Amino acid sequence: MLGWEFPPHISGGLGTACFGLTQGLSDCGVEVLFVVPRAHGDEDTRFVRVLGANQIPVRERQLERALRDTLQTSVLAGSERVIEEQRRTLVFEAAAASARGEPQAQQALIRTLELLAVDSPLSPYEGEASYVERLRALREAGLAPAGDLDTLRAQAREAVESLARTLREGAQLREVAGNVEELLETLGPERTLQFSGAYGHDLMAEVARFALAVGEATRRESFDVIHAHDWMTYPAGLVAARWSGKPLVVHMHACEYDRSGEHVNPRIRDLEQLGLDGADRIVCVSHYTANVLRTRYHVDPARMRVVHNAVTHQEQAAVVHAEKTIPEPIVLFLGRVTFQKGPDYFLEAAARVIRVEPRVKFVISGSGDMLANMIERSARLGLARHVHFTGFLRGPEVERMYALADIYVMPSVSEPFGISPLEAMALDVPVIVSRQSGVSEILVNALKVDFWDVQEIANKILALLRYPALREQLSSEGREEVRRLRWDERARAVLKVYEEVLR
Amino acid sequence: MTSLVFYFQVHQPYRLRRYTFFDIGAHDHYFDDAENARIVRRVADKCYLPMNALLLELVQRHEGRFRCAFSVSGTALSQMEEYAPAALESFQKLARTGCVEFLAETSHHSLSFLGDMEEFDAQVANQATRVEQLFGTRPTTFRNTELVVSNDIARRAEQLGFAAILGEGADHLLGWRSAHRVYRPEGCERLKILLRSYKLSDDIAFRFSNRGWSEWPLSAERFAEWVHALPPEDSLVGLFMDFETFGEHQWRETGIFKFMEHLPGALLRSSRVRFETPREVARYQDAVARLDVPYPVSWADAERDLTAWLGNQMQRAAHAALYSILADVRKAADLGRADLLERWRKLSTSDHVYYMCTKFFADGDVHKYFSPYASPHDAFITFMNVLDDLARRASGVVEQAEAAQATPAAPPSA
Repeated sequence: MLGWEFPPHISGGLGTACFGLTQGLSDCGVEVLFVVPRAHGDEDTRFVRVLGANQIPVRERQLERALRDTLQTSVLAGSERVIEEQRRTLVFEAAAASARGEPQAQQALIRTLELLAVDSPLSPYEGEASYVERLRALREAGLAPAGDLDTLRAQAREAVESLARTLREGAQLREVAGNVEELLETLGPERTLQFSGAYGHDLMAEVARFALAVGEATRRESFDVIHAHDWMTYPAGLVAARWSGKPLVVHMHACEYDRSGEHVNPRIRDLEQLGLDGADRIVCVSHYTANVLRTRYHVDPARMRVVHNAVTHQEQAAVVHAEKTIPEPIVLFLGRVTFQKGPDYFLEAAARVIRVEPRVKFVISGSGDMLANMIERSARLGLARHVHFTGFLRGPEVERMYALADIYVMPSVSEPFGISPLEAMALDVPVIVSRQSGVSEILVNALKVDFWDVQEIANKILALLRYPALREQLSSEGREEVRRLRWDERARAVLKVYEEVLR
Repeated sequence: MTSLVFYFQVHQPYRLRRYTFFDIGAHDHYFDDAENARIVRRVADKCYLPMNALLLELVQRHEGRFRCAFSVSGTALSQMEEYAPAALESFQKLARTGCVEFLAETSHHSLSFLGDMEEFDAQVANQATRVEQLFGTRPTTFRNTELVVSNDIARRAEQLGFAAILGEGADHLLGWRSAHRVYRPEGCERLKILLRSYKLSDDIAFRFSNRGWSEWPLSAERFAEWVHALPPEDSLVGLFMDFETFGEHQWRETGIFKFMEHLPGALLRSSRVRFETPREVARYQDAVARLDVPYPVSWADAERDLTAWLGNQMQRAAHAALYSILADVRKAADLGRADLLERWRKLSTSDHVYYMCTKFFADGDVHKYFSPYASPHDAFITFMNVLDDLARRASGVVEQAEAAQATPAAPPSA
């Protein structure tokens, strides 16, 4: 299993979900080797063996092969410039070898050339029409997936646009692919690659290094299935699958459209596309996500399986008793203050509630690129006295905040799953969740709203404030419901996916 | 002889429109007129009209040997008057044959026997008067909302002058005894209780179109065989069901109309079977034993209790809140605002709390099928908002009147 973080070193829900899943799989008798960029040595290894990519010695000889595979990976991601350079070099060298009278070297180089050129019927220099034409020809030859012409055309348009975007950006493709010299420079004393294990500026290069190290690890570890979590590990998953010949399952916790709305980072989007296209099965955390993958990435629903997230035993065990320090009811928003999480809708609803119920306090906990904007906006709406900003909370502060809250609202614009309402419910807090979230698909004891319907959000906040029976119903039933959401059940569903790809 | 009693329940609630907190005090347009009209017209087309035509034909074909009974809630009567008058006429036509009995119930299909006995009496009396006006005969049989019966309810029905009450033939009530007898509820002197034969009733109402059922497809002849095979001591078979079984729950395509068309003929082939209405059974059969019903028993769900309406905190809170404002609403009605009492009564319809049921919420079964809301919580919020508005209006009327009394008209200032 390939992931980017593992408890206790986590920055979001991904690490927690991965941990819960491994715990459940272990209960099902599945042995899990979890590879992260950087192992700290204090990971919870009761259910899983954790291997840091920074601990994997890389042999110099293998680096070139690894690089080539990674490059091929980037071909599909639309890294056409590197490929062109690479192709020119190889053509030149093949010609040189031929001139030197070295047919074997020439043959080897030409094989490499072929290797570089396969897999994608796309060329950056053709338009939609000729692509469709060629796809049709391929299809007639039985080489391309069946599909009607309109779908193909739509796919072609999307693919050509994506490619054009990548080319236009003139991205530093080396960041994605790395190159031998740079990688050699980063080799540590035990011939291992260096990893920060974070999400810093070096992320793209780290993604590539991770792929190299994981490829290397496939030689010494035995396993049956590769399971990669989110785009950072998709290149590694693809390299591992190619080197080992084992089936690849990719897990989509959040895609680039969830994180960034329409303003996607094209390189990340392309790596996601690559992983989705190259995987044998795709596990989605919700039907909501599966639908995004179908419409945005053209993934065939037949290859997707929905497995909702659950709650770990630790999360369930959390019992926090926070003394109420202020008498006013508290309505809580807790999460990144970004477009995706819909803090502005929370404010608009707050304004409507305050007009009729000025006693209520609204709390926005978290930080993000919309925070300054939100503070200014709350002042503009005349809510300065009613809305409080706590900034980013960590660990026990988060639980304390939940426990202080009377109502938790998750007005997300796009939420592939959204574990936070479950945390609130586990602490007896009634929740309002947007229907544009994966978690709303499984929750029964939650009030559901469309994120844009601020009037309805306000209506439901007011109903919770005024009707104690509703609060009691939701908090008592909600706690029970969360207790029933267990990872072992989810793990069985994942195990079924493994059985499918191993068949 | 075995008396077969067909009783069909006809009911439509006044469904609420989306009513948010911000509507409270702003307007009193509570009910979703368009949706109510749409549903009543649809059910009239698919069920009431075709089925009543068939029943009329059966009465005529069998020269009065086919008989049946209806209870039509007051809210259904009002909505038919307003949205589907032809449907109401088709019921009146059946009444005129003399072979179809119309029962009494609470006018607004309410749980008032649990909330306020004075209101219960008023709703029963109003309904009995209306049934007499529309269908020509004062009812002598009482059926309570959702067939809920207890010793207390039965005794009250007797005090109100009814000769019979209908109830559920629940196993936990009867023990080893048969539902196919006439009983007398504990504490009653004259009143008889006629029980629903739930297996035979549900064979028609629920299982008829179930392809996984070993008896599918059920023919009229097969059903008649089961009835003919009953022991001779079985003097009564109560086939009680929702009228919407025909054409709504079981679509026409399932063959339910054809089944009903042939059923009376098949049953009457045996001379020991006859169709009777509850009034006739109560007149001609004596109670064989007493039946103790200490706790309310209904015909709903597997539990046959009240949990479908009052099973969770929201439902109990909504029910309590409804009856807590009744005193003010009554005062307002006495002060000339009878319209507020009528609105309150429309809210007393049991469907409103039924929509808040969370029992099988997760499975998305029968409760969800009948609910106009996305969730039980939405049902609760809407209901409570409406109730809040009605309470304000009622107390406003009362306070105004009290203020006027306290300060008699001031003498014109000089």
